Amino acid sequence: MTPRDLHPAAWWVWAVGLAAAASSTINPIILILVVAAACLVVVARRSEAPWAWSFRMYLYLGALIIVIRVFFRVVFGGSPDEVVLFSLPQIPLPDVAAGIELLGPVTRADVVVGLYDGLRLAAIVLCFGAANTLANPKRMLKSLPPALYEAGTAVVVALSVFPQLAESVVRVRRARHLRGDAGKGVGALRRIVLPVMEDALDRSMFLAAGMDARGYGRAGTASRTERLATGTFLIAGLVGVCIGFYSLLDATAPRLLAWPFIALGVALAVGGFVSAGRRVQRTRYRPDPWRFAELATIGCGAVVAVAVMTASVPVAYPSFDVVPQVTVSVLVAVMIAVMPAFITPPPQEQG
Amino acid sequence: MIELEGVTFTHDGAQSPVLRDVDLRIDEGELALVAGRTGSGKSTLLGMVNGLTPQFTGGVMTGSVVIGGRTVRDHAPRELADLVGYVGQDPLAGFVTDVVEDELAYGMEQLGLDPQTMRRRVEETLDLLGIADLRNRALRSLSGGQQQRVAVGSVLTMHPRVLVLDEPTSALDPTAAEEVLATLARLVDDLGLTVVLAEHRMERVIPFADRLVVVEDGVVRTGEPRELLRDSPVAPPLVELGRLAGWEPLPLSVREARRAARELVLPEPKDPAPPTAVPLLTATGVTVTYGSKVAVRDVDLDVPAGRVIALMGRNGSGKSSLLWAVQGTGRRTSGTVDVGGIDTQDVSPARARDYVGLVPQTAADLLYLETVAMECAAADQQADAAAGTCRGLLDRFAPGVPDERHPRDLSEGQRLALVLAIVLTAAPPVLALDEPTRGLDYPGKQRLAAVLRDLAADGHGVVLATHDAEFVAIVADDAVVLAEGEVVSRGTAEQVLAESPAFAPQVSKVLGPQWLTVAAVAEAIR
Repeated sequence: MTPRDLHPAAWWVWAVGLAAAASSTINPIILILVVAAACLVVVARRSEAPWAWSFRMYLYLGALIIVIRVFFRVVFGGSPDEVVLFSLPQIPLPDVAAGIELLGPVTRADVVVGLYDGLRLAAIVLCFGAANTLANPKRMLKSLPPALYEAGTAVVVALSVFPQLAESVVRVRRARHLRGDAGKGVGALRRIVLPVMEDALDRSMFLAAGMDARGYGRAGTASRTERLATGTFLIAGLVGVCIGFYSLLDATAPRLLAWPFIALGVALAVGGFVSAGRRVQRTRYRPDPWRFAELATIGCGAVVAVAVMTASVPVAYPSFDVVPQVTVSVLVAVMIAVMPAFITPPPQEQG
Repeated sequence: MIELEGVTFTHDGAQSPVLRDVDLRIDEGELALVAGRTGSGKSTLLGMVNGLTPQFTGGVMTGSVVIGGRTVRDHAPRELADLVGYVGQDPLAGFVTDVVEDELAYGMEQLGLDPQTMRRRVEETLDLLGIADLRNRALRSLSGGQQQRVAVGSVLTMHPRVLVLDEPTSALDPTAAEEVLATLARLVDDLGLTVVLAEHRMERVIPFADRLVVVEDGVVRTGEPRELLRDSPVAPPLVELGRLAGWEPLPLSVREARRAARELVLPEPKDPAPPTAVPLLTATGVTVTYGSKVAVRDVDLDVPAGRVIALMGRNGSGKSSLLWAVQGTGRRTSGTVDVGGIDTQDVSPARARDYVGLVPQTAADLLYLETVAMECAAADQQADAAAGTCRGLLDRFAPGVPDERHPRDLSEGQRLALVLAIVLTAAPPVLALDEPTRGLDYPGKQRLAAVLRDLAADGHGVVLATHDAEFVAIVADDAVVLAEGEVVSRGTAEQVLAESPAFAPQVSKVLGPQWLTVAAVAEAIR
């Protein structure tokens, strides 16, 4: 296949599919399979770009999440189980904190449930890490609808500020040594933060001037009434969506308010976006194409999400005292989730 | 094309205007060079062309500015983007995207051009500027000269009729600066652009400038370069030589000067005193590596008392790494440094500065307090020096800096003097400076050179990293040229400068390798 960068949105949808699958099960076998699928695709399709090397950090984060989860289970314990692995001296608490146990006997359930829970959270984090690694975050923002363009640019600029800040801190710290300032303590923090902030402020003013000089934020041709209409659409849409979701989550609210209002809100918001986008005179340079590989990648993500969400309860939520089982359909779905590692074009080499 | 009429500009809170009653007219297809001392209002004037002044600087502006028939007052800079391309001093700070190709397209996306046109213009611009092989490169990974060319390209794709550049080569080494300026000269010829350019290295632009704009004490004068240069407050060494020798007409290029110099009879210059001083600092086999990249490879360096040594080389040749490694704060992979019997790496940074003082490239990093007086007091205390030591040094380098002034409000030269004073409060025998001339104009450099010569005469050893050949010519005794982290030539400044076509100062190009500075010629004539 001719190397090209897959549309970043495709990677994100695929990753959200995997994350949705991971969030609807605590079966460790499925979770490990999902994580393995994400890892395999990342290794096969990440590019040479700097952001593509951050995946390792997500792996560390995942491991940390599992450790913390199990640790809390051990400390607060309380899961009833006849198998006690070992006992820690219990710390007596006042009556106010009735029901909370500090340390004490550590049961098998404590450890296993902590492990399952941690694994689920870690898997979700890793799925988003995979998306971040595979998709160029800046290109993703460039694919936003025109109405959100300006917000997107602001985020892009903010993202590029972080490495610059880190650079400034290193530079200023080194300079501190030249003054015979050990660079420790609270006072030193101020002495480092102040020049760094000044630096950042200078740079942002400079960038703002540069962007303005290059036409960022040129006014469109919209009249006053058009702008008013767009604003009304967007706000009405937002209100609609809020009411809809509230009714959906609050079981006592009338059902009529739930889905119809969400649909209405979304429709109004889309209308607002379209009307806002129409008055924006801006074009995209070499937009990422949307082809078969993108559709297939999205499909792969959807399949695994649906397969795990529809799995029976004993499969998706195995009890802590039985060996977890996996069905053929889930296995096949995870195999499909790995497909993007083979069916997508390899990323373009960075010159 | 550009018409300023009766323009007066006053900064917020300032007593008197920076620019007074400016009348300026620049015709289509002209290249205008804006010259003046640092802080004279050059940038302010340039900003007026696309409305960045006063939109981004604040302040009060009166009078009228008309660019290509559009009044700047009624338009924000963004509305003029299709007419005026603006390139600032630090290209990296102005980049919006992270890849060369996207950066070139950014402006066109804002103008809403159709994709075919954008594609075509990006390719044309890549070729025009000779950066086609960089198209997929990350902007941060480019060299300074390449970055500046990308910055020029990123405004050219919008097909502006006016190009405004504010000191585009101030951070570049001579070769990279040459690259950028040659590109600009070609653009004026090929595209008929109107170019307004502020530039410290006037000598490179003057040969092809149609018009000189001199900003001095708030007054703007404009005219033929040859006429205005007779009494301009800033002038390249070539013009100063011409003024000294009374050449008529004033030479603007090295070739013209050579022809005029045939009649000039100069006595043989006296041989410089041979170095006799014992080295204060001896560095042996210094190597600095970052990962697999070797920044400095096996370099030996002696800094004798009473001499000024210049480290030269293109950007990224390892000058700064060597200075920091020798000072002891920076990384050193192997090698030894001996200064006063100790190795700077074996002592704490607080002690290392008692042996080698270093003024870093961005000198302002050392400053963090609210007033000059507080900075000086802190410096005395940090160095365990008697109260008033730092202030005394500052008065020696830059007399009359007010105590209550905020360090950020000082001029570039005053700020450098303050940092120098802070560093020298610890009384190190060896002083190292990393690119000290950035942002200094000719008179500022003269003053810094005098200070450094003075310190050397006191018995200090001075070593400075710079790519400013004219500065090396007036200040240095010895020069060491680095390339790829290795020493490629070393010797007295005369030998080294005259040997290298890139670093030879203008005066020696005209009069031969034994003459480096106008001052030396002036003394010989007298």
